[in-house]
Amino acid sequence: MTVDHAAAAERGFLAEARRPGPFGWIFSTDHKRIGLLYLWSIVTFFCVGALLGLLIRLELWAPGRTIMDAQTYNAVFTLHGVIMIFLFIIPGIPAAFGNLVMPIQIGARDVAFPRLNLLSWWLYIGGAALAVTSLFTGGGPPDTGWTFYVPFSARTTTNVSLATVAVFILGFSSILTGLNFVTTIHRLRAEGMTWTRLPLFTWSLYATAWIQILATPVLGITVALLFAERVIGTGLFDPAQGGDPIMFQHLFWIYSHPAVYIMVLPGMGVVSDIIPVFARKPAFGYKAIVVSSLAIAFAGSLVWAHHMYTSGMSDLAVMVFSLLTFIVAIPSAVKVFNWLATLYQGSILLDPPLLFALSFILLFTIGGLTGLVLGAAATDVHVHDTYFVVGHFHFTMFGGTGMAFFAAMHYWLPKFYGRMYDKTVATVAWGVIFTGFCILYLSMKIVGMMGMPRRYWDYVPEFTGLNQLATAGSWILGIGLVLMFVNLVRGVLYGKPAPANPWGGATLEWQLPSPPPTENFAHDPVVTHGPYDFRKAGIL
Amino acid sequence: MSENQEHAHIVPYRTFFLVWVALLALTAITVAVAQVNLGPLNVWAALGIATVKSTLVVAYFMHMKYEARLFKLALLAALAILAIFIGMTFLDVLYRS
Amino acid sequence: MSGHEHQDYTGAKFGMWLFLFTEVLLFGGLFILYAVYLARYPKEFVTAGSQLNVWFGGGNTLVLLTSSLFVAVSITALRRGATGLCLRLLGGTVACAALFMLNKFFEWSAKIGHGIYPGSAHLRELPPGETVFFNIYYLTTGLHGLHVVIGAIVLIWTMALIKTGRVHANDWVILENAGLYWHLVDLIWIFIFPLYYLILH
Repeated sequence: MTVDHAAAAERGFLAEARRPGPFGWIFSTDHKRIGLLYLWSIVTFFCVGALLGLLIRLELWAPGRTIMDAQTYNAVFTLHGVIMIFLFIIPGIPAAFGNLVMPIQIGARDVAFPRLNLLSWWLYIGGAALAVTSLFTGGGPPDTGWTFYVPFSARTTTNVSLATVAVFILGFSSILTGLNFVTTIHRLRAEGMTWTRLPLFTWSLYATAWIQILATPVLGITVALLFAERVIGTGLFDPAQGGDPIMFQHLFWIYSHPAVYIMVLPGMGVVSDIIPVFARKPAFGYKAIVVSSLAIAFAGSLVWAHHMYTSGMSDLAVMVFSLLTFIVAIPSAVKVFNWLATLYQGSILLDPPLLFALSFILLFTIGGLTGLVLGAAATDVHVHDTYFVVGHFHFTMFGGTGMAFFAAMHYWLPKFYGRMYDKTVATVAWGVIFTGFCILYLSMKIVGMMGMPRRYWDYVPEFTGLNQLATAGSWILGIGLVLMFVNLVRGVLYGKPAPANPWGGATLEWQLPSPPPTENFAHDPVVTHGPYDFRKAGIL
Repeated sequence: MSENQEHAHIVPYRTFFLVWVALLALTAITVAVAQVNLGPLNVWAALGIATVKSTLVVAYFMHMKYEARLFKLALLAALAILAIFIGMTFLDVLYRS
Repeated sequence: MSGHEHQDYTGAKFGMWLFLFTEVLLFGGLFILYAVYLARYPKEFVTAGSQLNVWFGGGNTLVLLTSSLFVAVSITALRRGATGLCLRLLGGTVACAALFMLNKFFEWSAKIGHGIYPGSAHLRELPPGETVFFNIYYLTTGLHGLHVVIGAIVLIWTMALIKTGRVHANDWVILENAGLYWHLVDLIWIFIFPLYYLILH
């Protein structure tokens, strides 16, 4: 490493603000600064959402009232869902780590539209502010669940109207990130960065960005129509005016099902990038993983009505959507097998990023397979709207994307802060999180199979034992999360200096000093090998 | 300046004018067709003519004809997804008991 | 889209096209609803659609098609160095936008005068299919009208950039993208017109 490199490595982009103090952050168009803005905003909302989740579990410790009344409970689980979906998991990996890493991975100095990128963060914060405002204004916090189903959402006196505006704005933010990424990946790749040399994380962001562009507007119009129904009485979903409430569900899930792939594809990308590095082996089946990302993005757009088997839609639709749902499982399984094949006979370094990535594989696979129970129409009817569903999607979303988000934090934060967290504490935190997670959500699955319906404040006494087990699991999980975040923040602030390439990665971001300089590359890089070619990168 | 300028095609006034005339003619045709009772075909005729009109607008006014293949593929992908959304919704709507 | 920091015209145009796709899908949600309700209430849609004035709809079609022509020609004019002509054409487009909205104002006023507007007592008394038709008509043309206004504002802003020399014969991508947005407004109307005003049988 040259002297210049060493000097830049002192503080990198963190020390190169164009404006004083906080203005150097909130008005910066540097993709790395925007990425960190997103990261810490998202982590903050995650903590709020997790706290609400703990409150939900506490209320469910025993039947009847434990710590809150039923209306408060409705508001709390709605808020938990809205925050976790729209403020954490959808922007989560793309907006935070996509912004931080993707431009560097393709050898660019920034995204294609840096100012649009900043606008996207501002819209995110604006939408979040409105969502928070909706709690304290109007008729009280929304109590519809994050899905805003009509007819209840059209009639409830709580402040659903403002919440829909917030969701619309958050959707716009997501769209801007998506179109920025697609344009960036098409236009700003460095010389030699061919499509087959693109890191798998970037590929996953590319597939995700297309879903963000093509599906999110449908959510926009759906919540806009709900807003219009509430405010001017347009009644397009109101049977009394000839409307069809099931059409709301169609429009809602036309976005929201593809949206689960917005949530999970980037997580799969993180895992695909981490596993080769910690197995010291090129990714097995690179092209199959790429194709499966694109296939998931496409096939994920064909299955939305599997959320609606019990809605009263036609039997034909139930059968077709059920069949198509099974097709989505194929590309997901292709990825899992490729990850396992990459690990096979690898020289494995069991560092914290890999531990989180491995738990992604296990938990996401459990979540995905139980998803097939729900995707099959016959079995879905039995467990629809039970805690089995809640367990399922927490396994895919939290066990999947959440774990990938934590993996990404442990993998990339040393790069962008130039400081290493305590790996022992991180490993312990991972163990506690994993244990708590399994106790919490496996209990939910079992109690759901027994027939406990979701969204209720109360339950019959037979379910008490498993609910208490779940609540105890939530405490373990909570302790693990606190341990992990404290360790990461401590690492960022006071950790030992991290070298440029602490894990031995071969993608471009590891060739820069930690933290990277503002312009990323002093000279535009010329790429001569693939993203997992550790030999040519000189790591092996 | 940039290399993009060289191959960015300048469309002559005449082409635009002819497209405009064609669009007006198609508008007249769609109004005329709507007066004839063709049953359910009326809607399809209207959509067909509208598709021709929008193709003209996209190809000439919006220069799609002169853009790279990527633009055309992306447009097709977006329209295909919209068609899928509409079409698959009808799996439900047309077959309710 | 965003200005002088990058010179990648293809990238800027591509980004704009991606944004237009999102607009198409936004209106797409309304077109899905239109298709579903048309399939469910074919007779009521004809009854209700026949009450819309073809002259308003047709007139506005001519206005928008012509405005699109102006925008398209203005780009050629700018690139050939005829800045004055370009500005006059864009002025013409903005005038067309104003004419369109004026037309819309009279059209809506007439309908509202007859008690047909979302949430009105009269509308609720109509057969359900007709109520749906008018509700979706107001929503679709309303959202479209909003886009006309936004498009006109964008064009006025672009005119200001041309006047100050920020956009010129060798740097025209902002005009190109503003034009793309305006053509989208035209495109949506090309489908709205027959589906709402010409549904006579």
